[in-house]
Amino acid sequence: MGTNKVSKSKEGSLLSRMTRNQMFIPLAALAALLLFNLILDPSSFAITMDENSAGNPVLSGFLINILDNGSELAILAIGMTLVTAASGGQDISVGAAIAISGSVLLRVLCGSNTRPETLQAPILVAFLVAFVVAMLFGAFNGVLVAVFRIQPMVATLILYTAGRSIASWVNNNELPIIGEPSFGYFGGFIPGIPVPTPIFIAILCLVAIWLVLKFTNLRLYTQSVGINENSAKLNGLNPTFIKILSFVILGACVGVAALIKVSRLATINYGVIAKDIEMDAILAVALGGNALSGGKFNMAASVVGAYVIQCLTTTLYKFKVPSTALPAYKAVVVILLVVLSSPVVRAKLSALAPQAKRKEAA
Amino acid sequence: MEENIVLKMRNIHKSFPGVRALQGVDFTLRRGEIHALMGENGAGKSTLIKVLTGVYSKDEGQINLDGKDEAIHSPQDAQRVGISTVYQEITLCPNLSVAENMYIGRGKGAVQNWKKMNADADQILTNLGIPARGSQQLSSCSLAVQQMVAIARAVDTDCKVLILDEPTSSLDEQEVEKLFTLMRDLREKGVGIIFVTHFLDQVYEVCDRITVMRDGKLVGEFVTEELPRVQLVSKMLGKELDDLSDIQGEYSSYEAAEGEAPVFEAKGLYSDSGIKPFDFDIKKGEVNGFTGLLGSGRSESVRAIFGADRVLGGEVKMNGKPVKIAKPIDAMKNGIAYLPEDRKRDGIVGDLSVRDNIILANQVLKGFLKPYKKSETYKIADEYIKLLSIKTASADTPIKSLSGGNQQKVILARWLLTHPEYLILDEPTRGIDVGTKVDIQKLVLKLASEGMSVTFISSELDEMLRTCSRLMVMRDRRMVGELSGEELKQSTVMNTIAGGEK
Amino acid sequence: MAKTSSAPKQGGAKKSLNDTSLLMLITVVVFVVMYLGAMLILKGGFLKPQAFLNLFNDNASLIILSCGMSLVMITGGIDISVGGVTALVCMCCAVYLDKMGGNVAVSALLALAIGLGFGLVQGFLVAYLEIQPFIVTLAGMFFAKGMTTIVNSEPFNVAHEGFKALSGTRVNVPGMGTVNKLGEYVNAYVEIGVVVALVVVILMFCMLRWTKFGRSFYAVGGNSQSALMLGINVKRTKFMSHLLCGLLAGVGGFVYFLHVASCAPSHASGAEMNAIASSIIGGTLLTGGVGNIVGTMFGVLSLSTIKNIVSSAGLGEAWWTGITTAAMLCLFLVIQSVVMSVRKKKQLGVK
Repeated sequence: MGTNKVSKSKEGSLLSRMTRNQMFIPLAALAALLLFNLILDPSSFAITMDENSAGNPVLSGFLINILDNGSELAILAIGMTLVTAASGGQDISVGAAIAISGSVLLRVLCGSNTRPETLQAPILVAFLVAFVVAMLFGAFNGVLVAVFRIQPMVATLILYTAGRSIASWVNNNELPIIGEPSFGYFGGFIPGIPVPTPIFIAILCLVAIWLVLKFTNLRLYTQSVGINENSAKLNGLNPTFIKILSFVILGACVGVAALIKVSRLATINYGVIAKDIEMDAILAVALGGNALSGGKFNMAASVVGAYVIQCLTTTLYKFKVPSTALPAYKAVVVILLVVLSSPVVRAKLSALAPQAKRKEAA
Repeated sequence: MEENIVLKMRNIHKSFPGVRALQGVDFTLRRGEIHALMGENGAGKSTLIKVLTGVYSKDEGQINLDGKDEAIHSPQDAQRVGISTVYQEITLCPNLSVAENMYIGRGKGAVQNWKKMNADADQILTNLGIPARGSQQLSSCSLAVQQMVAIARAVDTDCKVLILDEPTSSLDEQEVEKLFTLMRDLREKGVGIIFVTHFLDQVYEVCDRITVMRDGKLVGEFVTEELPRVQLVSKMLGKELDDLSDIQGEYSSYEAAEGEAPVFEAKGLYSDSGIKPFDFDIKKGEVNGFTGLLGSGRSESVRAIFGADRVLGGEVKMNGKPVKIAKPIDAMKNGIAYLPEDRKRDGIVGDLSVRDNIILANQVLKGFLKPYKKSETYKIADEYIKLLSIKTASADTPIKSLSGGNQQKVILARWLLTHPEYLILDEPTRGIDVGTKVDIQKLVLKLASEGMSVTFISSELDEMLRTCSRLMVMRDRRMVGELSGEELKQSTVMNTIAGGEK
Repeated sequence: MAKTSSAPKQGGAKKSLNDTSLLMLITVVVFVVMYLGAMLILKGGFLKPQAFLNLFNDNASLIILSCGMSLVMITGGIDISVGGVTALVCMCCAVYLDKMGGNVAVSALLALAIGLGFGLVQGFLVAYLEIQPFIVTLAGMFFAKGMTTIVNSEPFNVAHEGFKALSGTRVNVPGMGTVNKLGEYVNAYVEIGVVVALVVVILMFCMLRWTKFGRSFYAVGGNSQSALMLGINVKRTKFMSHLLCGLLAGVGGFVYFLHVASCAPSHASGAEMNAIASSIIGGTLLTGGVGNIVGTMFGVLSLSTIKNIVSSAGLGEAWWTGITTAAMLCLFLVIQSVVMSVRKKKQLGVK
């Protein structure tokens, strides 16, 4: 994913070239967080084989936990990166859209009965319906942004406001519960495989986007539209279509994330499911060093950014920070990271470096 | 003489990463004088102006205003000490009223007397003959009027030094005349005016002195009457003018076969940009051009051909076969390429590398599912960088860090890569240095001699006369004439542009 | 008030209604039509003057928050921390009053200090370190919400005597009373917070409309590069917009606290989105440079009215509120988008 290439300028030491690389900040943050964990509790890296409630041997541990729980975020970061690049704005409705998509998924599985003995439709069919619904809502956002030229944050504010209401309306405000164990495979474990399924799903999505970026012109088109729409148009591109496409791709990511989320719970809680995940996804993109004003993007950096955020969340949970107080700590870390990566601060820091060098030479 | 000096800049240095933009430049401005600052693009004029107005901070040197050393760190500082500026791009706020734009950021006190402000503004606007009212929202004025408002603001600020940085590029002849009258009035009042422009005629019409810069260094200061034009140009270029001689003869013109249908032919074509329906055709290997004043519809015509604006009607044929061109991609598929007028807005994709910018158009033509291999793109980029001698650090350098002329060459490379049958160049030479201009003109003739049809637009008439064998003349968004052969003389073209009424 | 301010000030300049006034006018008209419609069709509560005043009572804090939001949006930024700050203010003041036995005046100062603190830090990060406002204030929101539960995670009602007196203070509005079932004349009233809100609206309106300081926000939002060239200190202007917005979040938080007289981490959740929505409905463009405080106030009122209409029309289920708010936002956004593009086209045509 992405080009992890070092800027080719000859000037500057290895260190400064490294720090200038877009991957540096997210990777350094990840390393720092892991190191912090290692020092405070060396046992945190242990991966053990336990038995889960179904009696299957499964892997567990701090790292597995991060990879498992970070799956949804990593998947969403893919779509959010593309939307950011193409439209120069962010979609704040992904949490609400997950609620809708999840609700639709359950509705199709349950039919009119909220406690079905047997599933009313195959899981695959239900997933496809929910997947398409998620993409349609993505397209709705995309049309508002690309056709009516409403700023993305504001346009998606609509779905953000209405999403959870729509979700509860889909199921008449009831909470369906799925008893069928095979539905839990997507958010838990497939019998006989000790690795959590969400990790596989995330890998699948990452490979898919890697292939798409490698074998199509998605990257070039998206970046061109994001950087200079006029000129993209005069080069035969259709900026409206590309922007809508990016929102539809994000919709697809939402559909997959919704499957995992709903499968983890086997039910849904309209007000809480995937709450604030849009903020995490946007932060992932920003942490990856991608300009939130659009243009060039680095997909790999965004994905690493997603895992950094998950790592932070998991670390805080581990140190018994109550979930409600979590955002405060997250905020401090985020501010530190963005301050460090802000161009102004970086310029100041790099202005200090040559001075130090000059002194050495003198 | 000495006490007459209002502004003295001495030994100004300014560097940007990788560029030494100003190296020990001196500049002197006297009271009641219009002083032209001349130089090719990249000579450092704009940098010098921006240092003076506090947009950039200088690395070294002194600025002395009225005998006092001043440290100017921001545009506010500049305004405070009596330096007003009108920039080439309009630097006003479109969402505010005309009067606010004239008075905001000036004067003391927290509360504005709005009635007085509007009245004052109306007074000034009337005096200067600017067709706008103080209470009007700025965005409802035409670009030329907006530019005049910017000038009105600068004029009103009781300044000692007035800087006009290419203010005439969006004005028509009458407006320029109005501006000159204004400048002369101010000269009488003792204001020192720095006038930056590319138009030699204007320099010789109003300026008293000329300071010439080249490559970030001072070439010299001259009294206008003592410096013949040819010498001025050679001082700006640092070489004699042999390159600018007749180049048309160097290339044999392509001989079209008898009875061959024109490469491109349009009948009654018009778009939503306001141009009236026009007929147009171009033969294989022909170089023709659209000429007319700015805003006459010459750019809009070629945009209609390329489908860049929404085409509302007309028939289009390529090589005799009717085709439909509604979007740029349709035109591209039919072998038409278009280099747009506004390079920054419509041409470059700023943050992308030179390499991505070169392959963009052809990549779109190839299709979404068929990306170039990375190695191929490097090969192509290197080939065109060499062919057009594009000055860039590497193929991976973002295009926005190149100079204007080199950006233009990259865009040219982009379209040459699509191997078009018919190439449209809209102002390919605007704002780039003379050397590159000649390169581009030669390239146009060379391409034509190999059988490509080229439509060429330039606001410099001699450039068009040198390259084109046929000129379409536009006036008020209408095609008013077609000149070829013996008619291609400066005077004939001028007369046609001006129209019979004059 | 709205009518006179929206009319062009110069005689005979009716055609040059600027963008700001035009968008605001649409909102005001929509609000009036909607409210009159509700009075005619739904009758019921809408006919009582007190119902109209309750619109203010319930939304005083939102009006104040939206004023701050509009200011930031006019400058071209955004502040999504205001809801979090409100919750934090409630919690801190409640804990200070009840658990530490403080006095009311100091608690008000505490609220202002919290707001100012957020404004200062966020303004500095946005203006001087040039970090995107969305990210900065997002972190601000996270921080405020987290801090709220760290200060105290349990919701409770405030029992402080002095505070309860202030909270219960009613300002009678002369000439708007009704006769109740018992035949007694009952004065219509507004809460003290409404007075604060109206003062804020008037101050902000005058500041933005007539002072140089106020106009510089429009200049920066219209084109920050130009504003710089025109001699405006762009960084300071951006800083001030966030500072003021933070301060108003403190004020709004305290007014909210007065209204509910309780604290909970879930207080004012989603207030930032309501404030943004109100600003937009009131004619503020998120691109900056266009917006009007009176419009914003009407935005808040419109949003609240439509919620009332929906619930009194028998669509009581909770989800309808979200959906109608969204639908209204969608409608206004599309109207804005269409109106602005028509105006743009017209201009080109004239030229």
